[in-house]
Amino acid sequence: MAVASVSAAQREERTAYLFLAPGLALFFLFVLIPVVAALYLSFCRYDMIHSPVWIGGANYARLGKDLASHDVFYLSVRNTAQYAIGTIPLGMALALALALLVNAGLRGVTLYRTTYYLPVVTSLVAISMVWMWLYDPTYGLLNYGLELLSRAASALTGRQVVIPPQTWLANPNQAMPAIILMSIWRGLGYNMVIYLAGLQGIPEHLYEAATIDGATRWQRFRAITWPLLKPTTAFIFVVSVIGASQVFAQVYVMTNGGPNNATTTIVHQIFQNAFSFMKMGYASAMAFVLFAIILVLSLVNLRLLRGGEVEYA
Amino acid sequence: MRLTVTRKALFHLLLAVGAVTMLLPFLWMISTSLKPEPEIFRFPPVWLPRLWKWANYTQAMQAAAFGRYFINTVIYAVVVTASNLLLCSMAAYAFARLRFRGRNLLFILTLGTMMVPGQVTMVPVFILLKRWPFVGGNDWLGLGGHGLLNTYVGLVLPGAVGAFGIFLLRQFFMTLPRELEDAARIDGCSEAGIYWRIILPLSTPALATLGIFTFTAAWNEFLWPLLITSKDSMRTLQLGLQVFQTQYTTRWDLLMAGTVVVTLPVLFLFLAGQRYFTRGIALSGIKG
Repeated sequence: MAVASVSAAQREERTAYLFLAPGLALFFLFVLIPVVAALYLSFCRYDMIHSPVWIGGANYARLGKDLASHDVFYLSVRNTAQYAIGTIPLGMALALALALLVNAGLRGVTLYRTTYYLPVVTSLVAISMVWMWLYDPTYGLLNYGLELLSRAASALTGRQVVIPPQTWLANPNQAMPAIILMSIWRGLGYNMVIYLAGLQGIPEHLYEAATIDGATRWQRFRAITWPLLKPTTAFIFVVSVIGASQVFAQVYVMTNGGPNNATTTIVHQIFQNAFSFMKMGYASAMAFVLFAIILVLSLVNLRLLRGGEVEYA
Repeated sequence: MRLTVTRKALFHLLLAVGAVTMLLPFLWMISTSLKPEPEIFRFPPVWLPRLWKWANYTQAMQAAAFGRYFINTVIYAVVVTASNLLLCSMAAYAFARLRFRGRNLLFILTLGTMMVPGQVTMVPVFILLKRWPFVGGNDWLGLGGHGLLNTYVGLVLPGAVGAFGIFLLRQFFMTLPRELEDAARIDGCSEAGIYWRIILPLSTPALATLGIFTFTAAWNEFLWPLLITSKDSMRTLQLGLQVFQTQYTTRWDLLMAGTVVVTLPVLFLFLAGQRYFTRGIALSGIKG
């Protein structure tokens, strides 16, 4: 019996390694080796034609100089930060508001949820093209909306109000806000569904007890909903920060970083340097800076958001 | 919570206004795709074309090789989904049910791969595929040819398994009762048999969730096909659409017809499998 059980355990172990082998081999080949290779390349000059040449920390030094002199990489970091600041707080607030409305016990919840989620499943390329058409300076729907708005304002105030048509994506000051608006629209449904799941986890009797005690709607939100949603908020926030720091497709399709680098982002710069300018080493150094930024932000976020979790029995 | 009638009406109004805002770009896309050219450039714009020009679709399909892009995308998305379902569930079964040395370490390493942004590994993976020895005209050093670039294998392989899928399925497998397996084991069923005949059939909802997510992500993937394919005959729909856009910048009728074609399959998939989408989000979201 003892012999049999030893061999059974061995068989189990062998099966386990066999089951894990294909997955782990792929991770080894396409994650582990590439990370090490990328780290090595970030200390090299490499154009894919000649062999990599070790140049020490020169790529990183160049990035530092670029940041200090407010050059293109600096702009990409600044634009990425703008994108994050523009999309995350507003997007989360809207998603929470919608989730609260949808969760208020109305009819037709499924229909609303479906509608808000539609943009999430459609591809960024397709959606970016639709929004380029909406943003068209001459025939775009958005400028038509502005015209309707100015007409309505004129009628209401009795004075001539003119909101001039905007050039949106062609304007360095409006291009990033335009991309931000589109991205909020696209991501809203995802965050809303996560908030909904969070809201449904809050026990109803807490609200009943608070109502009996005479708490107002706002007080119930402050004392029950918001604190109990904290893990959900933390999750959405961390995921959003990681996603925002990697923004690429909508930038590539809608503006390709322009006009005048007004919308170039970190990943857009990595892509351009690696595959347009063939500066693979420099691009790898950028990628590691991005990696570091994401790592630090995630750790800081988790640290900040971990404290003060509330539980009500 | 009870709501007064006025409050209910107000909530419905807010939600409806929001819903229309969400739908507006889609409606505008469909409307434009059916307009004859002069109607597109009419200002103020019209929502319903006077003449429904279905020919926009045939013209768009002929202007670029959308049929080919479609086939490429289906192959890419189906193979990536199938391999993720198989490889993730196998690894997840080992992590959830089998005892072996190094289990915790390997599991942590697997999760660790989720921390690495794709942009870090993108350049070396590209080089690795280009210099894959003995394929695509390469010698044993990986020189001389294009390797796995512009091939289905190169498109699929780096995304054939994912740590998130392993994690998701492992969590699900751990909730399954052990009684059935124990009974099967006593009856002499092998571990592989238990995985294939008991665990997988019991896990259809989790597999459907992972499958739908992987398929949608692959269908919509842009950056990876952009790197790996340069030949028109290997492009996916997203890539083909983007190239199409750079060539027909002002033909909004054709461009919108193209976007409708690219978007519709995923929209149908979403509407059909909606509960799996929301379940997947709940699974990944709540526990954070």
